[in-house]
Amino acid sequence: MEKWASNKAWFLVLPVFVIVAFSAILPLMTVVNYSVQDIFGPGQSVFVGTEFFKQVLADSRLHEALLRQFLFSALVLLIEIPLGVLIALAMPRKGVWVSACLVTLALPLLIPWNVIGTIWIIFTRPDIGLLGSTINHLGLAFDHTASPMDAWVTVMLMEVWHWTPLVVLLAYAGLRSIPEAYYQAAKIDGASSWAIFRYIQLPKMRGVLTIAVLLRFMDSFLIYAEPFVLTGGGPGNATTFLSIYLVKIALGQFDLGPAAAFSIIYFLIILLFSFIFYQALQNVGKGGRS
Amino acid sequence: MKIRKRTFGLALYCGLLMLPIYWMLNMSLRTNADILGHFAFYPKDATLMNYINIFTDKAWYSGYINSIIYVSINTLISLATALPAAYAFSRYRFLGDKHMFFWLLTNRMAPAAVFALPFFQLYSTVALIDTHIAVALAHCLFNVPLAVWILEGFMSGIPREIDETAFIDGYGFPRFFVTIFIPLIRAGVGVTAFFCFMFSWVELLFARTLTTTNAKPIAATMTRTVSATGLDWGLLAAAGVLTIVPGALVIWFVRNHLAKGFALGRV
Repeated sequence: MEKWASNKAWFLVLPVFVIVAFSAILPLMTVVNYSVQDIFGPGQSVFVGTEFFKQVLADSRLHEALLRQFLFSALVLLIEIPLGVLIALAMPRKGVWVSACLVTLALPLLIPWNVIGTIWIIFTRPDIGLLGSTINHLGLAFDHTASPMDAWVTVMLMEVWHWTPLVVLLAYAGLRSIPEAYYQAAKIDGASSWAIFRYIQLPKMRGVLTIAVLLRFMDSFLIYAEPFVLTGGGPGNATTFLSIYLVKIALGQFDLGPAAAFSIIYFLIILLFSFIFYQALQNVGKGGRS
Repeated sequence: MKIRKRTFGLALYCGLLMLPIYWMLNMSLRTNADILGHFAFYPKDATLMNYINIFTDKAWYSGYINSIIYVSINTLISLATALPAAYAFSRYRFLGDKHMFFWLLTNRMAPAAVFALPFFQLYSTVALIDTHIAVALAHCLFNVPLAVWILEGFMSGIPREIDETAFIDGYGFPRFFVTIFIPLIRAGVGVTAFFCFMFSWVELLFARTLTTTNAKPIAATMTRTVSATGLDWGLLAAAGVLTIVPGALVIWFVRNHLAKGFALGRV
């Protein structure tokens, strides 16, 4: 449907623009500033152009961290989105259990991120953790501080545990927006449950699933606190994701120039992929509807 | 038969979801010596010592108060600014609307890690370091765009005939917005407030960078105390359990609203 055309609407958007600009544009200018100048102290700086960008792009440890990050985000989307939709489909549509399910599901989302890391240390340590000691009692060696594979499994488990509920809640909201009449019509037509899913439920969930995919991609790509607390990026560099590496450069070695150049590249990658996902999901939805 | 298999799967999933949290609760009720001494599925001599330590030490409990203050301020600012903006995006076509919307979303994608330092400089310049308002404003960077996004979805579900009828009946925009429109999307407002609370409560990097003592959040208190006292697992677990409590309370209070909100989303 056609929207009303009026530039007066800008007055309604203005407060948001001002508040976000204050927190976004000013710091972003500082970051751009750092990325093209070598700063020795207050008032002492040399313009270096694209030198920091070249230095960062040639960094082999960055390439490894980037690959690791893509693998991680891809796994996150592949596991969490289908699992979340599946669980949302299994949830009751009404009754007393709805509230109980919602409260249980939302709980992991409201725990501070570093506490998530703490919970999983306590849960997976071979000596005091329930999961760690159970696996070791089964005769399998499991120690996320020593084996890169175990560290990956632990971080993935933590991530799936932490964020799948968000996908479930969003998918469930989408499912609840389907009028009962649709299901009745499908029943009269004798539609299979797969047909109901494919032609009624999935198209209706397109909006919320777009949000779910974008949010999960952005946040998994920026993941920092949870693996930092759990593994510290180790063993070796096995779980050093982009943000962990970035903080190492920026605050550990205090190389602000390369760190700023790095974060601009980082930002552009996320921007590009989010845009692609956004466009792709919009088009997929339209194709399914026609 | 199929329904029962589904319900069983759901129950199993919820059980697995609670397991790590149960384990932390278990740890929080035992002394450190007991935890390291032997393995137990439940606390045999449950003690509240760890919790008493936290509630009697100002360095610990002030962290909780600080977090709750800045999270509340942030939720209020986010809702107050996002409501009119979301209305504009859902109802009007205006110069640069699509670009503006996508620009807002890009702010959720900014890597917090390197923004932390410019933020510190910015808030030092305006003398807001170590205040609750500084953290609340910093969290607006990702919460305001999210709030606009969610609210826009809810508002687009309300037919525009309602607006038109109200304007014909002689309602001015502010009166229409507050007395008719916001009550119509109150479920959406509830869901949005929940998301703002959630993302502000769990964030650590900005909150830690922008505070030193007066507004230091509980999550930062936890990271520092761990390194100072060595690893006291019992105390750490108790502090962790207490960080879950405000979130659990918020969900508990909005649970009917959330369920109802999702039900009303079918307009």
